[in-house]
Amino acid sequence: MSTPGCAGSDIAEVFAEQWPRLVARLVRDFGDVALAEDCVAEAFAEASRTWPGSGVPQRPAAWLYTVARRRSVDHVRRSVRLRQLLPQVLATSTQEALDGPEASMEAMDDQLRLVLGCAHPALSAPAQVALTLRIVAGLSTAQIAQAFFVSESSMTRRLTRAKNKIRDAGIPFSRSDRETLNRRLPTVCAVVYSIFTEGHMATTSPDLVRGDLCEEAIWLGELLAGLLPEDPEVGGLLALMVLNDARRPARVDRAGTPVLLAEQDRSTWNRPMIARGVALLETAHARGHGGPYQYQAAIAALHASAPRFEDTDWAAILALYDVLLTRQASAVVAVNRAVAVHYVHGPGAGLEALERIDPVAAGGLLDSAVFHSARAEMLSELGRSAEAVAAFDAALRTATNGAQRRLVRRRRGDVSAPAE
Amino acid sequence: MKYMLLLTDDPQQGSEPGTQAHDEEMQEWFAYTDALVKAGAMVGGEALHGPESATTVTVRGGERVVTDGPYIESKEVLGGYYVIEVADLDEAIDWAARVPNVRTGSVEIRPVMDMDMDDS
Repeated sequence: MSTPGCAGSDIAEVFAEQWPRLVARLVRDFGDVALAEDCVAEAFAEASRTWPGSGVPQRPAAWLYTVARRRSVDHVRRSVRLRQLLPQVLATSTQEALDGPEASMEAMDDQLRLVLGCAHPALSAPAQVALTLRIVAGLSTAQIAQAFFVSESSMTRRLTRAKNKIRDAGIPFSRSDRETLNRRLPTVCAVVYSIFTEGHMATTSPDLVRGDLCEEAIWLGELLAGLLPEDPEVGGLLALMVLNDARRPARVDRAGTPVLLAEQDRSTWNRPMIARGVALLETAHARGHGGPYQYQAAIAALHASAPRFEDTDWAAILALYDVLLTRQASAVVAVNRAVAVHYVHGPGAGLEALERIDPVAAGGLLDSAVFHSARAEMLSELGRSAEAVAAFDAALRTATNGAQRRLVRRRRGDVSAPAE
Repeated sequence: MKYMLLLTDDPQQGSEPGTQAHDEEMQEWFAYTDALVKAGAMVGGEALHGPESATTVTVRGGERVVTDGPYIESKEVLGGYYVIEVADLDEAIDWAARVPNVRTGSVEIRPVMDMDMDDS
């Protein structure tokens, strides 16, 4: 096409950059999250109708804000509750709103308020995740539904319920003070990281890796890091996601079956991304240390920087897990620590470490594919093949996706019928 | 916004009237209510007699049925309520976290419906 118009990718670029800024700005103007989201969505819909013909306007953000604000004003005129805000909003011109002397600082603050609001403790964890993807990242309800393998109608219900609660319970999207930040930032990080791990280790999906969710999570991590450049844990979180994502191409084979770390083709790891992850970690570490995301990022960095599996610095990894376990006594960490014990002190010690995990503290995780697979590998290395096969069977029973099941089945085959 | 704070508690936990512990507890309640009034957040509130004093009424098909006891039997019982007027849920949560019984029982926050609104 040789029209003066624009490509879909131009709009996508503007969308990624401007969506959260515009929603955040309208939330500040009118204090209504659902209204802001609807009107910004309408503005982008209008852009994708008219820009291909007219070309991207000189100042796309101002164009979009003008359209979204006009829509909001139309809605607000019909609302007694919001009508009183109109004079105040209309007193600010589009230009002032976007380019005023304090506009860029204010825009950052608005977006931070938006992110913190979506992680409000009065919302359930699934609602926090769905809202963050919709309101902050601008994914459509259909996209979110697809990513979490639920029907679009049930995702619509989840989002509607959450937005109704925000409105009816008066959940504020107007806080970004220190206290709110300190109290809620761990939830924000957990929301972003859960989106990443959902993409990375899809529990419900037939395929193990869903790149789009990983990319959204990293995008959110970048946004957070931009808003809170001094926060060491936000930096640690971003480093962790970048480092894990850099190894994505090697994590599954062509059939979508996960590949064990020892067997991954390290030449396919994304080296520039690993370098970036390590640099992010170093910056974060220089700003302060001690949080669980930084420790996990440091472990990921050690894995990512080993040229071959045999070169892995397991002793350093074990030391990091030892500290991590004191900060975050989760069963996943305990199982991973036992795997590190295996490589430092042998399979017998690894098995002992697995068996020492407190089943009460671990909850359901001691009956999971991760636990049983780790145990099976150690048993098989100790020559206890029958027990290893039984442990693989337990892993098969508890595997939550088909890809994981295929890997366990293959390993079970290796052990029950050795090549030699 | 207006919120109702519903205070629930295990009645077995409370101290005996006449004891020093009870007096101290009462002082805490008075101080809390005072703080609400001083902050201009107090709309109303009452303490309730226990569920053993409750009477439940239903009318089904025109038939009035009056029964002894609370509608729902549970270990935790509604012991009283406040209605407060504050800016948003975060302020309501801050007030709820200071209710004296929150350390033994719990406080449920419910937004009060605004019937004057034409566009909810």
